[in-house]
Amino acid sequence: MRFKKELDFVHLSKFFYIFSIAITVAGLIFLATMGLNYSVDFKAGSNVDVSLSKNITLEQLKPALKDLGISHEPDITLGENRVNIRYDEVLDSNQDEALKAAVTKLDDKASFEINTVDTEMAKELARNAIYSVLISCLGIIIYVSIRFEWRFALAAIVALVHDAFIVVAVFSIFRLEVDLTFIVAVLTIIGYSINDTIVIFDRIRENLRFGKQKTYEDLKALVNKSVAQTLMRSLYTAFTVFIAAFFLLVMGGESIKMFSLAMVIGLLFGAYSSIFIASPLWLLLKKRQKQTVKSNPAKA
Amino acid sequence: MLSFIITVLVLTGVMAFTTPGLLDKVRLGLDLKGGFEILYHAEPMEAGAELSRASLQKTAESLEKRANALGTSEPEVTTEGTDRIRLKIAGVTDEAEVRKKMKEPAVLTFRSAAEGDPQGTFSKIELVGSDFVEGAAEVQRNNLNQPEISIKIKDKKKFAEITKRLLGKEMAIYLDDQLLGNPPIVRAVLTDGTASISGNYTIDGARELADTINLGALPLKLTEKYSQSVGATLGKQSLDQTIKAGLVGSLIILIFMIGMYRLPGLLASFALILHTWLLIAVFVVADFTLTLPGIAAFILGIGMAVDANIITNERIREEMRNGKSILSSVKAGNKTSFRTVMDANVTTIIVAAVMFAFGTGAVKGFALILIVEIVLSIVTNLYFAHWLLTVLVKAGALKKPKQFGVKESDIRAL
Repeated sequence: MRFKKELDFVHLSKFFYIFSIAITVAGLIFLATMGLNYSVDFKAGSNVDVSLSKNITLEQLKPALKDLGISHEPDITLGENRVNIRYDEVLDSNQDEALKAAVTKLDDKASFEINTVDTEMAKELARNAIYSVLISCLGIIIYVSIRFEWRFALAAIVALVHDAFIVVAVFSIFRLEVDLTFIVAVLTIIGYSINDTIVIFDRIRENLRFGKQKTYEDLKALVNKSVAQTLMRSLYTAFTVFIAAFFLLVMGGESIKMFSLAMVIGLLFGAYSSIFIASPLWLLLKKRQKQTVKSNPAKA
Repeated sequence: MLSFIITVLVLTGVMAFTTPGLLDKVRLGLDLKGGFEILYHAEPMEAGAELSRASLQKTAESLEKRANALGTSEPEVTTEGTDRIRLKIAGVTDEAEVRKKMKEPAVLTFRSAAEGDPQGTFSKIELVGSDFVEGAAEVQRNNLNQPEISIKIKDKKKFAEITKRLLGKEMAIYLDDQLLGNPPIVRAVLTDGTASISGNYTIDGARELADTINLGALPLKLTEKYSQSVGATLGKQSLDQTIKAGLVGSLIILIFMIGMYRLPGLLASFALILHTWLLIAVFVVADFTLTLPGIAAFILGIGMAVDANIITNERIREEMRNGKSILSSVKAGNKTSFRTVMDANVTTIIVAAVMFAFGTGAVKGFALILIVEIVLSIVTNLYFAHWLLTVLVKAGALKKPKQFGVKESDIRAL
């Protein structure tokens, strides 16, 4: 499958820049005002997931939980044969047991998953996540600068930070729960979404060898050509991973739902940013080089 | 051609024959088989005292012994950093009881036989851990060159009184409720607060006892920093759901590859199955524990592994459309796509390595699987798939561009 008429990706990218900037700004506003909906992984407290053999109602559950002597009112989310109970306070092991006993009275086949985190631990997890993101980016910049040139590295980093940020923004805007697996998803997106970018950059680098690009128009045509040549494989490679993430989301275990959702969103934006953000951005950087050092021929 | 057929047949046979056995041997994490995991923060009971590596190690060992004593299956206890202990226990019926027991500090007591105690049991507590001078228990050799343990007691008068009263009698050493070794006999009235314990100790045994006394003198307080407890039913449910999701996803990927790339797609699918089999084998051989995030990495990795084949095959098709012969298209496609795939994979490995270095628990597991998977995919979906295709083309089995999914009308004259 090929495009008969060559699309002007560079030109189109202007609209996508606006689109991406709009989402980024919206994300920043939401993050600044509402923050993220942290799960117990990042906020001290206890999270109880119960798998039930029948549906129980809030009316049944609330009085049962009331007698436990836990001062905090829990957040309760009911689902199909499941219930999630979340406390902002760490339950001790006696309270854990009392809670289990209370729910087991309502359904004797109930099965539990209880997670408890101390704030200090949560802060450490968040700190490690931020370090991981920064160091990963640094590693990628160094590698891409060595294998390509710094302009490719910079454009690639902007594209992947964009992908990661948009996932965070979407989670903030829609108040989706951010847990430890979310961090893993964001890091995986950073590691993976650069793959498509590399494929396109590799082609740009290859095409640069074939001819001397004297003007900006030449370079622009080269970028358009490179993106068009690699478009289908970028889409296909993103598609296969997307399929894997998508089925994890709709069919996989409950506790990796948010992970899978973050992956799905990240993969979509990753494919989009590789095509419409990374390459045009490289062109923008390259253009400035041409303007400032006219005597210097373009290096590949 | 013969080598192609033999390779495919042998590998298929090996995979079909070994897969059920391998799958049974994969060790499942607590989130899949049920159980609980606790991360403890350890600090000395007495404020200001120092936490040594040895006492942390010793506390971890005593936790493991206690978990074993409570009849749990394969407890796993590991120390993390300088002040943490991670405990994993599967298949516990009375979780609250186990958790309570685990948190209690190790209690060291020296006991004597009280009135009415049956032979060999000791119930009167003479000395407790905090009566000993911290870190003072040492292993020495006596005149007969046998190892013995020297100890120091804080309260000289109390010790003098005890030794006087128990002269010639046995004084037993207990850690929690477990008697350690043969009870030594008090041989003299000791007034300076020091004593040496001798018996038929090996040097290792003596060292262990000295460590135990030192630990008893300065027990560690354990606080739960993080805990995760998963019911067995819920774990099984997660496992089944996620495996099913993976199978459906993988199947669609295989159908896509074959539909899109025809024969080379079929080869890629074979390489992908080999890749998955190898990954399971690595899990079993390296004794990795498979957790839910691990399965997620596993399944995503399948989607990533075929990227190598997609990039290669797209490149080959492109070369064909430009009018190259099939053999030279395959050669050029394999060569140029190799570099692209390597560059892309290295960046993913960089991120996974950082995750492994900075992550804890499940994050580490996820990162490790991702790294192993990428390395394996380079072997199977890059080298092996390239080789299979080259052999087939050289043998003349692939002669028509149609077999690559390329229309004749798309081919430009050279």
